[in-house]
Amino acid sequence: MDFLVTLINGLSSGGTYAIIALGYTMVYGIAKMLNFAHGDIIMVGGYAMYVTLMAMGHPVIAVCAAAVFCMILGIVIEKVAYKPLRGASPLAVLITAIGVSFLLQSLAQIIFGSSPKMPLKLQISGAVTIGAMRIDYSTILTLAVTVIIMVALSVFVKYSKTGRAMVAVSEDRDAALLMGINTNRIITITFAIGSVLAAVAGYLMLCKAPSLSNTLGSMPGIKAFTAAVIGGIGSIPGAMVGGLLLGVVECISYSIPALAPFTDAVEFSILIIVLLVKPSGILGKMRREKV
Amino acid sequence: MSETLLEVKDLEVSYGVIRALKGISFKVERGEIVSLIGANGAGKTTTLHTVTGLLHPSAGSIVYKGHDLTRTPAHKIVSMGLVHVPEGRRIFQNLSVYDNLLMGAYSQKNKAKVNEDMTLVFDLFPRLKERRKQMAGTLSGGEQQMLAMGKALLSDPEMVVLDEPSMGLSPLLVSEVFEIVKTFRENGKTVLLVEQNAKKAMSISDRVYVLETGSIINEGKASELINDESIKKAYLGE
Repeated sequence: MDFLVTLINGLSSGGTYAIIALGYTMVYGIAKMLNFAHGDIIMVGGYAMYVTLMAMGHPVIAVCAAAVFCMILGIVIEKVAYKPLRGASPLAVLITAIGVSFLLQSLAQIIFGSSPKMPLKLQISGAVTIGAMRIDYSTILTLAVTVIIMVALSVFVKYSKTGRAMVAVSEDRDAALLMGINTNRIITITFAIGSVLAAVAGYLMLCKAPSLSNTLGSMPGIKAFTAAVIGGIGSIPGAMVGGLLLGVVECISYSIPALAPFTDAVEFSILIIVLLVKPSGILGKMRREKV
Repeated sequence: MSETLLEVKDLEVSYGVIRALKGISFKVERGEIVSLIGANGAGKTTTLHTVTGLLHPSAGSIVYKGHDLTRTPAHKIVSMGLVHVPEGRRIFQNLSVYDNLLMGAYSQKNKAKVNEDMTLVFDLFPRLKERRKQMAGTLSGGEQQMLAMGKALLSDPEMVVLDEPSMGLSPLLVSEVFEIVKTFRENGKTVLLVEQNAKKAMSISDRVYVLETGSIINEGKASELINDESIKKAYLGE
C-alpha cells in the first residue's frame, strides 16, 4: 500500500516535471534551441499569481492572470532575445538563454526582495483517504491537470493545422517554409504554449508548497530539462515519459531512508544511464546526418 | 501570345566570399517547361533557392507575375502560386502521407478546393491514395518523390520548381517522374526544372539554360541544344 502511495505521489511530481519538460522539448524541437530561461518563467508565473492575489484575491483569477502574463513574457523573450540570433551559432543562443535566466531572477529579486513570499491562498491542503491510503488533494489535482494537458497537447499536435505545422517545422524548417508555413509564427506559438505550461507548473508547485522565491524555477527547471533529455529531447511523448519516470524515481528514492539524502544524485544517474544505453533518449530519434 | 511568368535578371548570390551566382538572367514563359542543367556546383540549386526565397541575392532581380520576389519571405511566395519541390524531396517523415499532402495545402483557405485538388492528386498518384494513412518516412524513394510532387500540387500552383526530381530513383521510376512532369504542363502548370539527368530533362523541356560555375554559358530551345556538339560532349555523355 505504501508503495502505491509512493507511486501516485511520484506520478504527480513527475506530472509537474512533464509539464515543464514539454516546454523545453517543444522549443528545442521547433526553434532548435535550449531555452534555459524556461524554468524562470515558472518563477515569474509564481510572482504574477502572488501579485494578482494581493490585488484581486481569487486563486483562479491569479492562475489565469499568470498564464496570460507568462505567455506574453515568453513571446517577448523570443522576439527580443532569441529571434535576432536565428542562424547564429548554437552557443551564442545558449549563452543568451542563460543570460535571460539571470535577468529574470535578478529582476524578481530587485522587485520583490530576497525573502520568500508565502501566497497561502494558493495552497490546497487536505487529503482523501482510501482504505489505508492517504493522498493529498494537491496530488490528485496535479495528476488530473497533467493528464488533461497531455491529452490536449497530443490532440492539438496531431489534429490541428497549427499542430501539424509544428511537427513540420520541427522536422525541416526550410521544407516547411516552402510549403508556405510562416515558421516565425510557429516558433512564437511554441514559446507561448511552453510559457503557459510553465505558469501552470508554477501553480501546481505552489499549491503543494506555497513558498515563492526568485529561484523557484531553477531546480525544477533543471530536473525537467533532464526529464526532456531522458525522454528524448524534441519528442513530446518523450517529455511526458521522461517527466513521469523522473518523478517516480524521485519519490521512490525519497521513500528509501538510505537513498533519501542522495535523491538528486539518483535522479541525475538515471540521465547518465539512459544516455549511455540510448544516447537519443527513450523516445528520441537519431538524427540522420546529412551528407 | 506568350506571357513571361518569371524573369530573373543579373542575379548574384554569394556564400560569404564565394560568389555562387555571377549575374545570371533567364526567363520562364507561362506553360513552358524550362530546364537548368549543369554540373555539380554550377549553381542550379542556389538559383532555385533564391527564386523561392530561401536565399537572398546580393544583386539582381526576380520578378514573378510582376512582383519582385527578392525581398518576399519564402512562406508568402507559395500563396502567389509558385511552389518549390526541393532536392532530396524533404517530405515530413513523421507525418502521415495524407497530413503531408495537407501541409501542401497550408496556404489554401478554400476547403472544397483542397478536397478537389486532393482527388486530382490521388488520381495522378494512386499509390499515395493506398498509403495515405502511412507515415511518410516509410515510403520508398519513388513514392516519396510522388508525395513531394503531390504536396506541391495541393498548393494549387501556377508554377512548379523541381530540384532533381529523379535523384536516387531507379531508371524505370525516373521515366515515370518525367512523364508526371509532362502532365504538369498538360494541366496548365509552368515548370522550372533542375536536373543532373540532362538528357531526360532536355527531352521534355521547351527551353534549356546551361549553367557553369555560376554563369549561364548557353541557352536555347531544347530540341536544338540536344543536338549541339559541345552540349552532347559535356552533359549528355555522347
